[in-house]
Amino acid sequence: MMRRRTIGKAGCSLLMVVLTTLTVALSGCSSDKAGDSANSSNGTEAATDTVASTAESSTTETADDLSKLIVGIPQDIDGLDPHNSTGAGTREVFYNIFEGLVKADENGNLNPAVASEYTISEDSKVYTFTLRDGIKFHDGSLVTVEDIKYSLERNMGVDGSEPLIRAYAQIDSVNIVDDSHVEVVLKDADSDFLTQLTVAIIPAANEHPETTPIGTGPYKYVSNSPQENFIVTRFDDYWGEKAYIKDVVFKIESNMDAIVMDLEGGSIDMMARVTSTQVNQLSDKFQVYEGTMNLVQALYLNNAVKPFDDVRVRQALCYAVDPQQIMDFVSDGAGTEVGSAMFPAFTKYYMPELNDTYNTDTEKAKELLKEAGYPDGFEFTITVPSNYGQHVDTAQVIAEELKEIGVTANIQEIEWNSWVSDVYSGRQYEATVVGIDASTLSASALLSRYVSDAGKNFVNFNSEAYDTAYKNAQSTTDDAEKTKFYKECETILSEEAASVYIQDLPEFVVLNKKFTGYVFYPLYVQNIAKIKPAE
Amino acid sequence: MAKMAKNNIKKFIKDPYLLFGTVIMGMVLLMIIVGCFWMPYEPTKMNAAEKLQGISLKHIMGTDNMGRDVFSRVMYGSRVTLMIAIGTIIIGAGLGTIIGAITGYYGGIIDEVVMRIIDALFAFPSILLALVIVSVFGVGWVQLVVSLGIAFVPSFARIVRGEVLRCKNMDYIENARLIGVSDLRMIFVHILPNIKGVLASSILIGFNNAVLAEAGLSYLGVGSQPPYASLGRMLSDAQQYMFTRPSYVLCPGLVIVLMVLGFAFLGEGIKRWK
Amino acid sequence: MKYTLKKLSSMIVTLVVVSLCVFLAFNVLPGDPAVRMLGLEASPELVEQTRERMGLNDPLLVRYFRWFFAFLHGDFGTSYTYSVPVAGMVASKIPITFTLGIYAFILTVLVSIPLGILTAKYENGLLDRTITVINQVIMAIPPFFSGILITFVFGMIFRLFTPGGFVSYTDNLKGFFRYLFFPSLAIALPKISMTVKMLRGNLIDEAAKDYARTAYSRGNNTNGVLYRHVLKNAMIPVITFLGMALADMVAGSIVVEQVFSIPGISRILLTSISNRDYPVVEAIIMGIAMIVIGINFLVDIIYRIIDPRIGIDE
Repeated sequence: MMRRRTIGKAGCSLLMVVLTTLTVALSGCSSDKAGDSANSSNGTEAATDTVASTAESSTTETADDLSKLIVGIPQDIDGLDPHNSTGAGTREVFYNIFEGLVKADENGNLNPAVASEYTISEDSKVYTFTLRDGIKFHDGSLVTVEDIKYSLERNMGVDGSEPLIRAYAQIDSVNIVDDSHVEVVLKDADSDFLTQLTVAIIPAANEHPETTPIGTGPYKYVSNSPQENFIVTRFDDYWGEKAYIKDVVFKIESNMDAIVMDLEGGSIDMMARVTSTQVNQLSDKFQVYEGTMNLVQALYLNNAVKPFDDVRVRQALCYAVDPQQIMDFVSDGAGTEVGSAMFPAFTKYYMPELNDTYNTDTEKAKELLKEAGYPDGFEFTITVPSNYGQHVDTAQVIAEELKEIGVTANIQEIEWNSWVSDVYSGRQYEATVVGIDASTLSASALLSRYVSDAGKNFVNFNSEAYDTAYKNAQSTTDDAEKTKFYKECETILSEEAASVYIQDLPEFVVLNKKFTGYVFYPLYVQNIAKIKPAE
Repeated sequence: MAKMAKNNIKKFIKDPYLLFGTVIMGMVLLMIIVGCFWMPYEPTKMNAAEKLQGISLKHIMGTDNMGRDVFSRVMYGSRVTLMIAIGTIIIGAGLGTIIGAITGYYGGIIDEVVMRIIDALFAFPSILLALVIVSVFGVGWVQLVVSLGIAFVPSFARIVRGEVLRCKNMDYIENARLIGVSDLRMIFVHILPNIKGVLASSILIGFNNAVLAEAGLSYLGVGSQPPYASLGRMLSDAQQYMFTRPSYVLCPGLVIVLMVLGFAFLGEGIKRWK
Repeated sequence: MKYTLKKLSSMIVTLVVVSLCVFLAFNVLPGDPAVRMLGLEASPELVEQTRERMGLNDPLLVRYFRWFFAFLHGDFGTSYTYSVPVAGMVASKIPITFTLGIYAFILTVLVSIPLGILTAKYENGLLDRTITVINQVIMAIPPFFSGILITFVFGMIFRLFTPGGFVSYTDNLKGFFRYLFFPSLAIALPKISMTVKMLRGNLIDEAAKDYARTAYSRGNNTNGVLYRHVLKNAMIPVITFLGMALADMVAGSIVVEQVFSIPGISRILLTSISNRDYPVVEAIIMGIAMIVIGINFLVDIIYRIIDPRIGIDE
C-alpha cells in the first residue's frame, strides 16, 4: 500500500514536471523563432550573419568571414598519408597540401614545384632535378635531397615490398648527386615519366605520416574528423604565390540531395560537381562555373562475351545510342561528345572527327544486327554502380534508345565495391556505364588499358593493330611521332567500336559570390589557393 | 439473416476506421489493378520536351526529370511496393511462425539455441539487418524481398513463440495431448488457429513496416531497380527536386502515406469489430 | 537472483552469437578491403602484399578468434580507411549519436505520456479524435520523408536551424543542442505516436476493469483511480515499449543522420560498410548490439520488479 502511494504521487509530480518542461521548451522555441524572423526582416545580409554566428564557435571574432572558406566535398579523406591514399576525392584535396617535384597547372603543363628545374637525358632514361632553394616543409624544416630520395623510394617499395605506384617499378634507382641535385634513373626509356613525378615529397624525419601529414603546399593540415570535416590553414612560408584565404574547411557532404539546402543555408560556400538540376535551383547568391569532368563516359561492353564479341553488334549499338539525347536528359544538354577513349582536355590527342564515326541511324543499326544474326534483337544487362546518379540515368536513357532497335537492356544497380570486384577485376558482366578518368597527364593513362593483355583491360578489347600502334607510341621519344601513334590507337578504338563512347560529363562548380577565382584543372584537383574574396 | 447483414453494414458504416480504411485501400488497389491493364503513358517513356512539368490535365501528377509521366509511374510503383511488401510478409511471417511455433512448443535445447540466434538478429534494427543482408546478396528485386523478409523473421518468431507458450498450458491442449494427438497436428490444428487474431494484427503492422522499410532502404540506395521504380525509390529519386517541382516529391509520398494509412485503419477497424 | 543470472548468461551467449554473425556476414560480402584501400590502379602483387599485411589471408576462424580476443581486451583494431585506432574514432562520435537518441527519448516521454493520459481521460472527445488521426498519419510517413519535410518547413521556411549546419559539441555546446533538436524530433515523432496510442489503449482497458470500477464506485474520485492503479498497470507494457524504443533510437538514427548530415555513429557505420572497413563496422555493430541487448535486459529486470507475476509460467 505504501509503495503504491509513492508511485501514484510520483506519477502526479512527473506529469507536472513534464507539462512545465514542455511549456518551457515550446516557449523557448517560439522565442528562437521570433529572434530569427527579426533578423531575416533585415534582409539577406542579416540572415547570413545569423547563419555564420550559429555555425561559428563561441569566439567573438566578428567581422572577417571572408578569411574562411567552407568547401563541400562528396566523400571523406581516405587516409592522411599521401602515398597510401588513393581516393580521387582525397587527391583533389591533397593538391593543396602536398607537392611533387613537378606540379600540374590549369593548362595541363607540368611546372617545377619542389624542384626548381629539371633536365631529361637524350635517351629519356635519366631525369635530373634541382632542389628549389630555401623551400620549407609545413613544420618549418628545410626540404633536403634526402627527403626527395625517401619519398620516391617509399613509392618504389625499396625493401623488397611491392611498389605503391605501378609505374615506379620502372625506376632503377634514385641517386643523390649533391646537396641540391637528385637524379632518377629508369630501367627503360620513357619520355612520359615526368607525369609520374607529381608524387608528394614528404619529410623523411616524420615517423607518422599517417597521422601527421606534412607537405610543402600552399595550405597546411590542421585537423580532421572522420565523416565531418578536414581543416587546413594557409602556409605563410610557401615558396610560390601565397593563398588568399586563411582558413579552409573541407566539409563532408555525404548527402548529395541536401547540397542545395546547405549552400542556400550557408553551411557551405563552394561545391564542385553539382548536377544541372541542382544548379537550376540555386539563387543568384552563387556563381556557377561550367567545365568538364575530364573523363570518358561510355557504355563499356565486354568484348569477350556474346553477342558483343561480334564487331557488328557493337557497331549497331553505337548507331542506336544518341549521345546528344543522353546529354539532354541527364544534364540539360551540357557535356561534350566523345567518339573514342580520349577527352577534349587532352587537346593534343583529342580527335573531334571521331564523334562522327557513328551518327545515330536506327535503320543502319537494325541492318547490322540482322547481318550479325540477331534480326529480332537480343537482351542484355547493364550493370551500373549505384552511387553514380548520372551513370544510372544514362543507362536508363540508353535502355530506352535500344528499344528502338529491338534490343532489351535490363539495368542492374550494384554497389561500388561489388562493381570493382565483379565488373572491373572479375570481368563478369555484359555491359556497364561508368566514366574513366586519367590518373596522370599522359595519353597512355587512358589508352594503355586497351592493350590485349593489360591487367586493367576490363572490356577485353583484343586487336593486334592496336597493340602494335600502342607499342610504337610507347617506344618512340619523338613527340610528333608519339602523337601520331596515339591518334591511330584512338581511331582503331572508334572503328572497332570497342565500346559505345558517349561523353565527357559536364562539371558545374558552385561558389558563393563572396568569393571568386575558381579555376578548372585537367586533372581531378581543386586549387583552393587561387580562390580569393570578391571585389 | 438479412437483418444481421443489415446490422453489419450499419456497424461497418458507423466505424470510421473500417470505412476509411476500406475506401483508401480500395482506391489504392483500384489504381494498382487498373495499372495492370492500362496506364495513361508507358511508365518508362521519356520525353525531353516535357521534363519536370507540374500538375496538368495531360499529366495529372506532372512529369519527372526524364519527362516520364509520374502518375503512370506511381501506378506501376504502387504495384512494385505492394508486391515487395507481400513477399516480405510471406517470408517473414511464414518463417517466423514456423520457428516461433516449434521453439515455443518443444522448448528445451532447440528453443535455447534458436532463440539466442533470434535474439542476436533482434539486436539489430531491422533496417540495418536488411542493409547487411542486401550487401551480401546484392541489389535486386528478389534479394530485396528476401532481405526484408529475413529481417522481419525475429519479430514474428518472438510473437508466435510467446503466444504458443501461452496456449500450450491451456486445458484443451492438455486434453488433446492425453488423447495422443501428434505434435505436428497439435501445432498446426490446435495451437496456431488459436493465435490467428494476434497473428493477423501483427501481419497488418508488419505490412506497414515493410512498406516503410522498403522506402528507407531505397533512400539509402539499395532499393528496387530503375527504370521500374517502387514508390520508395521514386520518393528518394525525387528528393532533390523538392524545390523546383514539389509535386514530383509529394505525389509518390502521398501514395505511400495513403497505403500505410489504409492498412493501419483496416487493422484498427478489424480489432474493434470484435 | 537466479532469474537475473539466467538472463545475464543468455545475454552473453547472444552477444557471442552476434559477434559471430557479424564476422561471418562481412566475410561473405563481395569487395576486397585491400583493393578498396589501394584503388583501381594498384598492381595485383601490391594487393596481395597488402592482404598479407592486413592478415586477410589467414583462415576465417583464425581471424575470428584473433579479433574476438582482441575485442575482449578492449582492442578494437585500427581502421583500414583512416589508419587510426577504432576506439578513439568511434568514441569521438558517441556523444553525437547518444545525444540524438536520448534527446529523442526525452522528447518522446515528455510529450507522449501527458498526451496519452489526456486522450484517455477525454476518450472520444475532440482532442482525442484529432490526436488519434494525427497519430495515424505520422505513423504512415516514411522516416526520411518526415526528415525532409522537417528540414524544409523548419529549416528553409521558418529558418529555425541551418540545414546541414551541424556544430560539433567540442566547438559550441549550445549550437550543438540547438541543431540536434529537429533531427531528434524526426526520430521522436513516430515513437510519440506509437506511445500515445499504446498508453491510451492500455489506460482505457485498465479503467474498464473490475478493480477500477470498484474503486470508482467506492467514491474515489476519477483522478485518484486513474493515477494510482490504472496508470501503474497501464505503464507496464509502455515501459517495455519505451525501452525497446530507446534501443531503437540510438540505432534508428541511421536514416536521420543521413537526412540531416550529422556525422554520428550511423554515418561512420554506413560509410565503413561501403568502404569494407571491417574493424570499424564490427566494433560499431557490437556496440549497438550490446546497447540493445543491455536495454532489453534492464527492461526485463524492471518489469519483474514492477510486476512480480511474470516468470511464474516460464
